Amino acid sequence: MVYDVAIIGGGVIGCTIARELMRYPIRAVLLEKESEVGFGTSKANSGIIHGGHHGSPNTLKGKLEWLGNQMWDTICDELGFGFKRIGELTVALAQEQLPTLEKLKQQGEEKGVPGLEMWDQERLLREEPRLNPDAIAGLYAPTTGVINPYEACFALIENACLNGLELVTDSLVQDIDQTDDIWTIKTNRGEFPTRFIINAAGLWADRIAQMAGVQPFTIRPRKGEEYILDKRLMGLVKRVIFPCPTPVSKGILVIPTYDGTIMVGPTAEMVDDKEDLTTSVAGGQTVFQMVRQVVPGISPRDCIAEFAGLRAVTETEDFIIGPTDKKGFINVAGIQSPGLTAAPAIAEMVGDILRDEGLPLQPKDDFVPSIPKPIHFVSLSTDEQIALTQENHHYGRIVCRCELITEGEILDSIHRGARTLDGIKFRSRAGMGRCQGGFCTGRCMELLSQELDQPLAQITKRGGDTWIVREREEVAK
Amino acid sequence: MITDTISHLKKEYDVVVVGGGPAGMAAALGARQAGADRILIADREKEAGGILLQCIHPGFGLQHFKEELTGPEYAQRFLEQVLETDIDIVSDAYILDISADKQVKLMSGSQGVHVLSTKAAVLAMGARERTRGAIRTPGTRASGVLTAGLAQKFVNMIGYLPGYRAVILGSGDIGLIMARRLTLEGVEVAGVFEIMPHANGLNRNIVQCLHDFDIPLHLSTTVADIHGRDRVEKVTVAPVDENFTPNLEQSWDIPCDTLLLSIGLIPENELSRQLKLQIDPVTSGPVVNSMMETSMDGVFACGNVVHIHDLVDFVSQEAFLAGSNAGAYVTEQRPPGDNIRLIPGENVRYCVPHTISTDREHTVYMRVKRPMEQSVLRLGDVYEKKLRFVLPAEMVNLKVRPRFLENFHGDTLRVDVVPFED
Repeated sequence: MVYDVAIIGGGVIGCTIARELMRYPIRAVLLEKESEVGFGTSKANSGIIHGGHHGSPNTLKGKLEWLGNQMWDTICDELGFGFKRIGELTVALAQEQLPTLEKLKQQGEEKGVPGLEMWDQERLLREEPRLNPDAIAGLYAPTTGVINPYEACFALIENACLNGLELVTDSLVQDIDQTDDIWTIKTNRGEFPTRFIINAAGLWADRIAQMAGVQPFTIRPRKGEEYILDKRLMGLVKRVIFPCPTPVSKGILVIPTYDGTIMVGPTAEMVDDKEDLTTSVAGGQTVFQMVRQVVPGISPRDCIAEFAGLRAVTETEDFIIGPTDKKGFINVAGIQSPGLTAAPAIAEMVGDILRDEGLPLQPKDDFVPSIPKPIHFVSLSTDEQIALTQENHHYGRIVCRCELITEGEILDSIHRGARTLDGIKFRSRAGMGRCQGGFCTGRCMELLSQELDQPLAQITKRGGDTWIVREREEVAK
Repeated sequence: MITDTISHLKKEYDVVVVGGGPAGMAAALGARQAGADRILIADREKEAGGILLQCIHPGFGLQHFKEELTGPEYAQRFLEQVLETDIDIVSDAYILDISADKQVKLMSGSQGVHVLSTKAAVLAMGARERTRGAIRTPGTRASGVLTAGLAQKFVNMIGYLPGYRAVILGSGDIGLIMARRLTLEGVEVAGVFEIMPHANGLNRNIVQCLHDFDIPLHLSTTVADIHGRDRVEKVTVAPVDENFTPNLEQSWDIPCDTLLLSIGLIPENELSRQLKLQIDPVTSGPVVNSMMETSMDGVFACGNVVHIHDLVDFVSQEAFLAGSNAGAYVTEQRPPGDNIRLIPGENVRYCVPHTISTDREHTVYMRVKRPMEQSVLRLGDVYEKKLRFVLPAEMVNLKVRPRFLENFHGDTLRVDVVPFED
């Protein structure tokens, strides 16, 4: 069997493209080297749907940012994951920063971003009283939102699979050949013949392009460290807070996440190793020192977890999206910030490219745009909780104490595709709270073991060699 | 196995105890003895007993029972006393909320969600362990970094080992106990590393768990980096200076696949915060008076929720007091209120309870900030007691008798631990 389209890479870009393509009656497969989708760059992302005004209209990323921004409401509605347009404030701490804010405002207005307002000090501190009282002005953008990028990946892929996508995880692409008009992708899980390849391999997109023998480009990783703070600080700021940007960076942000934690970061450091996900003392110091200039009440003492992510950066600092010199091979590469925001617009663009390249795409009648919305037990009313626990006793049992996640929600995560502890954590939030899994890890592992019919020693944190416990060896007989 | 002792929850209780560990069980017994009638213990696990159930090592009960028991044995003694009464136990249960008018929202795997009313509540939720995020150890996010308590649960309750070769960061008691436990199970323990210049566990555990097994303890040393892409492959350890900054020039690498964290416990106060109880920033637990009553009328607290204890015997003692006062609250036989506030002074981190009264005897628990030999504990200028040595890891307790305060007319008393002078 020959596929019409094979997507390499199950990050938010691959997942959005997959879901978009399943609107059409085609045969498609998505190959992901990790155990679950979204486990690469997408998992370690700030989760901001950018307002639309930051990117220059002369760049592809600047154009797709605003287009993508407008598409997220529908997607989140259909797929039932959280999205809040909480707005953002870019804060000026000195007079000489005011022209930058003005320029951002003008740039946004030219792109059609609505609602941009310049707030003076009084308004700024009235709306966000925890800001540095010396802040002099702020640019308010109501269009900025927050989502959980991993939730987006899981929901998009679940919906794509519901509509006929074939998902193959743990499949590392080893080689790519082209004979006549058919490409063959060789992986550790077999060969996949296909007419079109979408190269959405993130940090490794250059390597995939090289295997296919198309015009080369280079992806370099830019590392960002992020720090998550205790829920005690919930409500410290209401909006995403940006410092005044410099020509090279949007700076270090204060992000009230969808779940009510505060996240601070990211740093921006070019690294050589595409697997370098280390956090550092210097990174933490930079982050806290810089955010405290804008929101002085933030302290490293409230940190409950930290992580690093890598952005895939090309020489041009812009997205590379389009067909190549070899028919059927399409690059979607160099998708750094604001890639998450732009993802739905990128997916539509890829559809158009495929059409132009000769793949007929006629919408199918039986496309199902939605998936069942996951139950979040603690946000239900008492009456709903009583009814639910009578119907399904698994919802009566709290497994994760910090985030109050029930056994029912964890079982649902597994039934929707979680294969690892991180898969459960990112779908249900079990283990994401202040005890970081100290209480619930054992129980989550037991549930995975039971539902997947795997011994406990084979359960992993995130696939590969990330085992958690080992068997006791036989004692001397 | 004891799970629920009830088939149906009552709609109304006199006392609801949140938590069925050593504190919760002693509190329920205290409430019963003080005359409370309908008492409910709600426990999160499938069996009451709390963390004691995973503490299969000996060393419990020397003070309370005058004999050495294991954790499960200690818990069983209390459970049997509870079972002789008609105290209700609901296990596998979680208290989601307690409202100002004492409506308790409870959920459990067997009972579903219920709203019941109570006259008094005792909070006995215990503590949780600090994690890597709290100390921001740099490095990769490799699998194999876990708290000592979680490792203890894997080994003693689930029956699996956390790895082949372990490094332990922090000299808290659970880490020390696990150093010995893992050694006995055939897991190699490369060493225990403590950032402070003194150990944080009981001296008896340093001797029995490390010295007896030739496991090195490195003071003023910390883990400065974690390596390994999927699973931990090695850690970098380094001595620290007086500001606790690692000196990387003197660092060395230790190959290992497991890093256990034993870096302290934090009172488990989700519910206390929800109830907006006044919290002591030093203990991270609720502020309590000498009846172990919190800032919310009729809500009492005891055990590790209030402050971290090093011996369960003291937990039981404090919890029995909290429970009997909850009982006295519902039977309207409360003693007079407190009239003296205790102020932690020289070399005293905190005192619990936070207030006392002049008309009865109290036990005041406290911790020192730093080790001191030949010291004297001073309660204002009304009483003093010589202490041969004090350690931050070992709680100090002081019996305050009414006669000390006969001629005292102030409303605050400072507690100091100062060097002894002849």
